Amino acid sequence: MRGGQTVLPGISLQVASGCVTGLLGPSGSGKTTLMRSIVGVQVVAGGSVRVLGAPAGAPMLRQRVAYVTQAPSVYGDLTVVENLRYFARILGVNRTRIAEVIASVGLADRASRIAGNLSGGERTRASLAVALLGEPEVLVLDEPTVGIDPILRRELWRMFYRLAEAGACVLISSHVMDEAERCQQLLLMRGGEIIASGSPAELLRRTGSDKLEDTFIALAERA
Amino acid sequence: MSARITLATSARLLGQLRRDRRTLAMVFLVAPALLALFKFMFWHEPQVLDRVGAPMIGVFPLIMMFLITSIAMLRERTGGTLERLMSLPLAKLDLLLGYGLAFALLAALQGVVTGAIGFGLLGVQAQGPVWAVVALAVLNAILGMALGLLLSAFARTEFQAIQFMPAVLLPQILLSGLLLPRGKMPAAVHVISSLLPVTYAYDALARVTADQLGGHFLLDLLIVAGSIAAALLLAAMTLRRRTG
Repeated sequence: MRGGQTVLPGISLQVASGCVTGLLGPSGSGKTTLMRSIVGVQVVAGGSVRVLGAPAGAPMLRQRVAYVTQAPSVYGDLTVVENLRYFARILGVNRTRIAEVIASVGLADRASRIAGNLSGGERTRASLAVALLGEPEVLVLDEPTVGIDPILRRELWRMFYRLAEAGACVLISSHVMDEAERCQQLLLMRGGEIIASGSPAELLRRTGSDKLEDTFIALAERA
Repeated sequence: MSARITLATSARLLGQLRRDRRTLAMVFLVAPALLALFKFMFWHEPQVLDRVGAPMIGVFPLIMMFLITSIAMLRERTGGTLERLMSLPLAKLDLLLGYGLAFALLAALQGVVTGAIGFGLLGVQAQGPVWAVVALAVLNAILGMALGLLLSAFARTEFQAIQFMPAVLLPQILLSGLLLPRGKMPAAVHVISSLLPVTYAYDALARVTADQLGGHFLLDLLIVAGSIAAALLLAAMTLRRRTG
């Protein structure tokens, strides 16, 4: 339920650790609500959501699950470093980690800039840096690469693969199909339902098309 | 609950305020300026300042901290940082106490500055100890902060949050006895005023001003402290880990 509306009427899925899973679908298809349910910040009217063996949102998960919303959730009147310093102290993370995460999102030269004066993409990256601080086992990212320069986007994707290789569960939403190709597993969403899931190659094979865009259309029409 | 997180939250809030020079200047200058205005307005009736000067020094921080806290908390709610905090290992009490500590510190500074100018330069007088006026200013600031934290939950925009000052705080100040001694109020109004926390905040200040630090004074302190605790408890209930 979100905003008094049933968004995900009946849905069942599993997201594996150790790979980058893409949650693809048009705006309004329920991606954010699903992600919020997994993180445990969404009031769920029915059903069960379990993360790392515990109910979603359980206190023990707050250290192990990180979530980046579409709104860059950093303090606009603090610098990038000051923001990270605060969240690092909440997570009890060593201060040396701050420079690492700033570098990994390509903000090293912006570290002492006020977050409110950064561009939209830079602020999103600052928000992503906060999520990376605690080396989470589950990383839920809601459209993290919107408005980001292609070279940097490639860097971020490389980082997501590295995190997944190290055993993390990385769930990334997007409404752009060209991002789908980068994912190792895909969940296609439409109208609050998962219309298909599998690896990109598998989905292409299933619909006999060579573009994921066409695959999505074919699967949506079938559903 | 963790002291580390509470202190980190206070430091973060003070860091945010430090960047906002204009707000800081207003926090420290507006109260003394208004007090000076009062002094000159009642130049020919100095007994007015004798009666309300010290209480004004103690009530200003309540208004300031109410406004600053309700906007700061509203920004956390609308900017997504509250949602982020609620998904992290931070206890609600860490956040509330962090706010309390930061704004109590700011209020103490404000109280000292306003007190120094009021008692030192403008000839405001209190028969009771001056430090007690400053201490009450801090207590009142915490009351203002607690009310601000609570009411920020009922505002969706900063416009709405600002309106809570005339809607919630101003009536309490009007009915507190500052303008009209409570004994002269019609019975119904008197009853209403005895239900409002600011009435006791003002009464405590009036008692310091008149050097009547007896049982009534302690009761005032107790009621103000109880109101702070109640407002913080209610505010904690408005901080939701899950939202719809």
